[in-house]
Amino acid sequence: MSSFSLHRFLLITCVCFFFTNAFSSTNKEEKEFNVGEMIMHHVKDAHEWHLWGPEHGGTSIYLPVILYDNGLKMFSSCHFYHGSEGTSIDHKTHKTLHYYKGSGPAEGYALFHEKIYKLDSKNQLQIEDGHVHGNTKPFDVSITKNVISLFVGSLLLFLIMFSAARFYKKNGAVAPKGIAKFMEPLILFVRDDIAKENIKHNKHHRYVPYLTTIFFFIWINNLLGLIPIFPGGANLTGNITVTMFLALCTLFLTLISSNKNYWMHIFATPGVPIALLPIMIPIEIVGIFTKPFALMIRLFANITAGHIIILALISIIFINKNVAWGALSVPMALFISVLELLVAALQAYLFAMLSALFIGAAVEEAHH
Amino acid sequence: MDLVLPDFGLLFWTGLVFCSLLFLLAKFAWKPILGAVNAREEKIAEALDLAEKTKAEMKTLKAENEALLKEARAERDKMLKDAKKQADSFIDDSKGKAKEEAQKIITDARDSIQNEKNAAITELKSHVGALSIEIAEKIIQNELSKDEKQKALVDKILDKTNMN
Repeated sequence: MSSFSLHRFLLITCVCFFFTNAFSSTNKEEKEFNVGEMIMHHVKDAHEWHLWGPEHGGTSIYLPVILYDNGLKMFSSCHFYHGSEGTSIDHKTHKTLHYYKGSGPAEGYALFHEKIYKLDSKNQLQIEDGHVHGNTKPFDVSITKNVISLFVGSLLLFLIMFSAARFYKKNGAVAPKGIAKFMEPLILFVRDDIAKENIKHNKHHRYVPYLTTIFFFIWINNLLGLIPIFPGGANLTGNITVTMFLALCTLFLTLISSNKNYWMHIFATPGVPIALLPIMIPIEIVGIFTKPFALMIRLFANITAGHIIILALISIIFINKNVAWGALSVPMALFISVLELLVAALQAYLFAMLSALFIGAAVEEAHH
Repeated sequence: MDLVLPDFGLLFWTGLVFCSLLFLLAKFAWKPILGAVNAREEKIAEALDLAEKTKAEMKTLKAENEALLKEARAERDKMLKDAKKQADSFIDDSKGKAKEEAQKIITDARDSIQNEKNAAITELKSHVGALSIEIAEKIIQNELSKDEKQKALVDKILDKTNMN
């Protein structure tokens, strides 16, 4: 719901208004409502942050574009959104596709499906089967919607935890009060029920900071994603890049903590006949990577699915072009939203717990 | 499709932000929070330990007290018993002694009475003897005042002697 942006809501409400009042609307903005396109637009990253108003001419925060292409180039993304409109004909489907051509400092670049491409010598984008073909992409480290959300979430998390830590610094080892009272059970939950439970031999202390960070990072960003207005609503933890990075962190930590026993289990699994080893070793090696891969997919799929379901439920109103459908779609969306609150915490717990489990397997001592 | 394709720019920022967040939180949040919590847990564990120890100490102290009390009680009982015994034996002793003494006194008395009696008898005897002699003297004097009476007596005595 997060990404359910208000401009679309207002636009469609307007349309509904005209429709139900039997006005003959000739508004050129009243184009066919494409649910899939709208949902995909909202669960993906963007170079602007829509606040309200119509898609063109509404109120948006234009985020900075940072490119490294023969030197560092920095400019506002309004040079795309307020630039000229380019059209290309798909080489395969022969459909006309629209994209933004940059103006001013963005001259020579194009924005197609929120990705920046360099225009070719004919000042064109070559598109084949919906994908850009032939145009090169500059090195793009722009501050996108997800990056802003990442900053906000991280800052919020740091401020919360820092103020909790300040309580202890001020009062010493006493019973917690205020924000510390709220955060302490959660931190202790991660320490005792996630870290200590899965990493044996009292080796968990080293990993507690990582596990608490990852738990709260995922949780707070999941929750921010559920807030429909700025600065929430970005689908950060439902972005494959973010979940991939977090899974890679766990993989990296697992590999650098691994001991002899861990590799013994992979290359000479105890109790497995030697004849089976040629089958077992590749399986075990693949297993090293499937575990974090599953972490990546699980978080991405759960959070993105939640966003998609809520957007789809809200879209019922706009598909049927009748406000009355709100009586069905709003309670359902509310139900899923509440469910998503649970999923937000659950996925953070699962990610941290499984990370602890993998690390625990890597540091486990032989017990036979 | 690009929904499931990683994006380099976001990866760069995620890496940068997450690593700095991990570092900052570890240094400024987790360390003080977990440090304080650990310190508190230790404090509580120590306090509990101390309480347990004190409890055990109290228990042994109580047991000791009880033993001491028991001992004292036993001692008192023993002392009482001893005293009673002593008193009893003293009384018995005294009784015996008194009896003995009395017996002795009685015996002494009896002896002295006997002696006195004997003496008295002896005296009486000698007295009676002297008296008899005196009487006899007087009688004899009276008898022998005449010659015929003397002769008669001598004859009588001689008669008696011949019969023997």
